Amino acid sequence: MRNMRMSLAPRRAVAALAAVLLAGSVAACGNSDTGGGGEGGNDKIVMGFSQVGAESGWRTANTNSIKEAAAEAGIELKFDDAQQKQENQIKAIRNYIQQKVDVIAFSPVVESGWDTVLKEAKDAGIPVILTDRAVDSADKSLYKTFLGSDFVKEGRLSGEWLIEEMKDATGDVNIVELQGTTGSAPANDRKQGFAEAIAADPKLKIIASQSGDFTRAGGKQVMEQFLKAHPKIDVLFAHNDDMGLGALEAITAAGKEPGKDIIIITIDAVKDGMQALADGKFNFIAECSPLLGPQLMDLAKKVHAGEEVAPRIEVDETTFTQEQAKEALPNRKY
Amino acid sequence: MNNAKDRYRTILGHRLFWPVAVLVVMLLANTIYRPGFLSIEVNNGHLYGTPIDILRLSAPLILVALGMTLVISTGGIDLSVGSTCAISGAIACLYISQAPDQNNLVTVFTALAMALGVALVLGAWNGVLVSVIGIQPIIATLILMVAGRGLAQLVAEGQIITINSGPFRAIGLGHFLTLPLAIFIALGAALLVAALTRRTALGMIVESVGGNREASRLAGIRSARIVFLVYVVSAACAAVAGFMMTANVSSADGNNTGLWVELDAILAVVIGGTSLAGGRFYLSGSILGALIIQTLTTTVYAMNISPQTALLFKAVVVIAVCLIQAPAFRAKFRRRGRGTPPPATPSPQQQKQEVPA
Repeated sequence: MRNMRMSLAPRRAVAALAAVLLAGSVAACGNSDTGGGGEGGNDKIVMGFSQVGAESGWRTANTNSIKEAAAEAGIELKFDDAQQKQENQIKAIRNYIQQKVDVIAFSPVVESGWDTVLKEAKDAGIPVILTDRAVDSADKSLYKTFLGSDFVKEGRLSGEWLIEEMKDATGDVNIVELQGTTGSAPANDRKQGFAEAIAADPKLKIIASQSGDFTRAGGKQVMEQFLKAHPKIDVLFAHNDDMGLGALEAITAAGKEPGKDIIIITIDAVKDGMQALADGKFNFIAECSPLLGPQLMDLAKKVHAGEEVAPRIEVDETTFTQEQAKEALPNRKY
Repeated sequence: MNNAKDRYRTILGHRLFWPVAVLVVMLLANTIYRPGFLSIEVNNGHLYGTPIDILRLSAPLILVALGMTLVISTGGIDLSVGSTCAISGAIACLYISQAPDQNNLVTVFTALAMALGVALVLGAWNGVLVSVIGIQPIIATLILMVAGRGLAQLVAEGQIITINSGPFRAIGLGHFLTLPLAIFIALGAALLVAALTRRTALGMIVESVGGNREASRLAGIRSARIVFLVYVVSAACAAVAGFMMTANVSSADGNNTGLWVELDAILAVVIGGTSLAGGRFYLSGSILGALIIQTLTTTVYAMNISPQTALLFKAVVVIAVCLIQAPAFRAKFRRRGRGTPPPATPSPQQQKQEVPA
């Protein structure tokens, strides 16, 4: 009762307080790593970095690597988490342009739609470095370089391993594919690389392919339906470890043995995935290393100094079989 | 007496007729596409098949939709349920992951109680913002929707917490009488909410508050208290849904657990026939709505519709369901077909008819 008669003033005050709280929570995401701000030292390189989000252990390792490397290299890092949204990233990049940072780096959420904001950065004379994921802009002068994994290669390595593994198999080999987030570069490229590689062997057939959104729940839900719709599945190719881990549960629940009844190939090599590989539940992982921080900081310094850099730089990566996973597991950082 | 009951039944059948029809059409289309779609077999002593999957996977959405139905019937909306799912799942998994024995029942129940407690506090926060302070529900719950996602990540430190706890897993994957436990949890919650709202006057009071809060207050209903209560109930439902979602994959992912579930829940409520303006609610309709949404998702996978077209496909089906559900739209169609003016709009007795859930 009493609340209905509440006078206007306190109500306004509390509403204002709530608004401040909300604004604070939003601002905190953007500013948590800014340190002293732009005015501090003019000689220090300031880098604005817009991260995709914190959607997986991989991404967290990536973020940590960048933060640590920036601190080590003496580069001031302005870090922004876009929470998987392109508009957030565009907003963050515009902010960095306004703040006149020295270098902008970001991992694009999706491939398309970057031309305008990249043009703005170029007009402001701020060099842009893409990390981890590429953009599909026709104008390559919009960014200095792209530092990241070669997703096509990851898909291709997975496919090549499968061809080798299946070279003695007779009859069709039925493959199901769990794609990443629809429209994202890793999903497009890994799909392409894998398809290109297995085209060399006509008995390898992709019988179903669906998006599991790079999540465990997604991978599991899709795999459950695959298992019911297709009685004979020989191989699962998942675009990341998490979807593979989700699919593991679906396979077990269907009364099949992962790694034996169904061969599982994934990409990334995060800790849980490596554990599954070492346990014999996965069969092969193509690594996609998130530890690109030091390389990124070197590039930032070079770009800032006006040096020419190659337009495409790859992160050092490898692949793992079950045996290799057992050896490598104790030393994994992520 | 009997006569009244019959009439009552026909109205009930009428209201749920279109959602049921849509569900049947979808199941039929799937069966035509793949005759084995509806088949259920026994696997490891459990029933196993796509219909069971649909029921199990829709259990979290049913829970969230139950709470959402009550909130919407007061004329409010709760956008924070997805974040509440993520927070409760993260807290439960974090506590279990740090315990020495993850399979200990006491540990698991402590974790559940803690997470549920936090969820109740979050629900109370929403409730206070809406009922005491008088902020519009969409704004009040938006605060927690945004901040809550961050909170869930904070709890999990940005990582996916993987656990290996049998009892916790059972919430999402356990079986009881050959059926997934999650189905029984959702069913139990639905029956509890139905009993509390439809076997007592509470449901009518909630609807009355949704119809006109000030008039209800003048009539002697503690409107603010009712509004507060529905947000707490909504958060509690979301918390249990969060347990199911995380138990389903034995891991808590602050970023993705319950992502966009608030929108699915609102859609389920609307498909079920509850008006967003508040004033009346249909629990059975919301449950049906949740089943339709999950069936739609499963259809995409079962028919292997490409991910690029899946979103459009879903949108088209949802629009069709909503249009076909609207009496005004159907009346218009009938009029065009016959070329005569439409019959009078829904009979007045339908307006405030009490319907069991």
